[in-house]
Amino acid sequence: MSEHTADQLRGLVAAFLRTHDPRGDRVGFLRARFDAGLAWVHHPPGHGGLGAPPQLQAVTDAAFAEAGAPDNRPRRNSIGLGMAAPTLLRHATEAQCRRWLRPLWTGEEVWCQLFSEPDAGSDLASLRTRAVRDGADWVVDGQKVWTSMAHEARWAILLARTDPAAAKHRGITYFVCDMTAPGVQVRPLRQLTGEAEFNEVFLTGVRVPDDQRVGAVGEGWQIARTTLMNERVAIGGRPLPREGGMVGVLARLWRERPELRTAGLHEEVLRSWVRAEAARLAALRLRQLVAAGQPGPEGSAVKLSFAELSQRISGLEVELLGAEGLRYDDWTMRRPTEPDLLGRTATFRYLRARGNSIEGGTSEILRTVIAERVLGLPAEPRVDK
Amino acid sequence: MSDLLYDSDEEALRDTVRALLAAHAPWQRTLARLDDGEPYDAALWTRLVDQLGVTGLAVPVEYGGAGAGFREVAVVLEELGRAVAPVPFLGVVVATRALLACGERELLGQLATGERDVALAVCLATAPDAAPRPVTVAPGPVLTGTVTGVADALAGDVLLVPAGDGLYAVNAADRGVRLTPVVSLDATRPLADVAFTGAPARLVAAGPMAARAVSAALTAGAALLASEQVGLAQWCLDATVAHVRDRRQFGRPIGSFQAVKHRLADLWVEITEARAVARHAADRLAAGHPEASLAAALAQAYCAPVAVRAAEVCVQLHGGLGFTWEHPAHLYLKRAKSAAVAFGTTDRHRAALARLVDLPAPAEVPDRAD
Repeated sequence: MSEHTADQLRGLVAAFLRTHDPRGDRVGFLRARFDAGLAWVHHPPGHGGLGAPPQLQAVTDAAFAEAGAPDNRPRRNSIGLGMAAPTLLRHATEAQCRRWLRPLWTGEEVWCQLFSEPDAGSDLASLRTRAVRDGADWVVDGQKVWTSMAHEARWAILLARTDPAAAKHRGITYFVCDMTAPGVQVRPLRQLTGEAEFNEVFLTGVRVPDDQRVGAVGEGWQIARTTLMNERVAIGGRPLPREGGMVGVLARLWRERPELRTAGLHEEVLRSWVRAEAARLAALRLRQLVAAGQPGPEGSAVKLSFAELSQRISGLEVELLGAEGLRYDDWTMRRPTEPDLLGRTATFRYLRARGNSIEGGTSEILRTVIAERVLGLPAEPRVDK
Repeated sequence: MSDLLYDSDEEALRDTVRALLAAHAPWQRTLARLDDGEPYDAALWTRLVDQLGVTGLAVPVEYGGAGAGFREVAVVLEELGRAVAPVPFLGVVVATRALLACGERELLGQLATGERDVALAVCLATAPDAAPRPVTVAPGPVLTGTVTGVADALAGDVLLVPAGDGLYAVNAADRGVRLTPVVSLDATRPLADVAFTGAPARLVAAGPMAARAVSAALTAGAALLASEQVGLAQWCLDATVAHVRDRRQFGRPIGSFQAVKHRLADLWVEITEARAVARHAADRLAAGHPEASLAAALAQAYCAPVAVRAAEVCVQLHGGLGFTWEHPAHLYLKRAKSAAVAFGTTDRHRAALARLVDLPAPAEVPDRAD
């Protein structure tokens, strides 16, 4: 296959736009873009890509955005795009990829993740949801929790125990579960912000056909690790301009409201600005490493810093606002479909940011992962292996 | 967008410098020097200059240099920080930036070839936006006054002295110049008090050009010191990781305890970020970017405390061993703490950022007598 260049990609996008109206039918446009290999350009042909180098994705997306083309509303399907798709591409069969990847990318089918359980959070491998073989199907029983978008999702990536006798990391199998199947019950799980971004999912005698199994029986844990790695990159890896994130909100507030300024808060604002800029440059350096074909473990640094910064900055913003920091916009139970940190009040940001060091691997687990996998420090003695 | 990686030439330069330092500047030798009153490792400096041409890296080819740039200088500084090597490279680099700003051909040529070492006669603690002028000029011109705490002056053949509204070159060996070694916190970067008593001087730059040259030199110092700090911090992390893997207490390696692991994981995160910040500062400096000052202030505001923390964690997690004279951790601790004051403290650099990115301090509120 020939090596693609940025100019070639821009040429392909321009040619595509000559035959497809970006202002016409939205879904039709996105399907055609997928079929033209201009969805995930690094995917192989037939799966939304051209086998192009991954760094050309940004060039392609920018060319479509410039033409005013509709996007696939990535924030609505972040689990699908960030976690399910890379796992499917790597571990699913050709037929499975053909069935699932296109509607996933176009956003016609939203995905969620059925991993965590009430008794299996950081220690995910201790999960107890059972899948028992019955003819051409598996019958799944159990309870999952912290499932964002379960109420919108058509499909879920599911981890279930298929061999209770095997060691805990070896008895798990990876499935794709139809969220409309009988026996799937989704209940909103209200968070301390007042809204219900997450859900509890009860699985009672849910039949999952064996052709929705991804990878071999008992290999689910290895496959899930691909998904979790992608989760950590997906959360913190976007390129931002200076002051592009939450620190920008704080900086604008500081500039526009001189009456709020105090010497002590000035010091805090400057310290946060410095840390945010350092974290931004580290994320930029990570992208440059990936683009140069030298992906490193820096993604976990990016995720840890993002969590700490968002908490610190949102807390500072509430204090800076003083009397206004006593207010909240709305405690009504709501079901957001596109998480939006910047569009609400500082107090919402402060509360929602508490979750940043818990979701997608707690900061404590992440530090242990860094210590053991990056620095090579010995594992703690374990009683469960 | 700045290039935050190391290119293949920079990696090759790093390998060469690291190999030379491993062969000729092991920490045992640096430690031994502390007691024999010979601050600089002259033999090591000669090798770096003659074999690797480090003093010519940032000097353009037409002035007799190698025409590489400050990105390469930063790579050399990372390695020197990693080895806490007692050589006057940072001082020479700062002087180079001042001379480049003045277009001072002759001295640049001599500095590039290693014929003469040059140092800027400014206290090491001076921030880029400060302008102390303790030296006065009388007709001649001759200089009078004392500059305290000058780094790398003891190795200098020529001193560049801001005095009056000019920048002057003075022969360090002149009878009108007296260098008094200071007992320095960081003995691997020895300081001196420099007293001028009617020392004959040559005007290098006058007026705004002189002020710009000094400010540019100190900005370069702040930007590049960050790379030294990253190299130092990385050594501290590497040495500590190696130690906690080996050292056993309670029947297991102390590195298997979560309290130890998490401190080192946090340090790794900070060094990962500091490296990006330091590369950004070196790249902006090398490119003559309009935001080079901003990148330098960010570099000191972020990297200086990371290096200090790395050295402090290194001492702590080495336990009793880390508190001894015979272990090298204290060399790194003293270098790191001293570097956190060099070219202005983090507080100074945050104040500079406040101006540069428009995050102004609160207005002074007049006292109200009720």
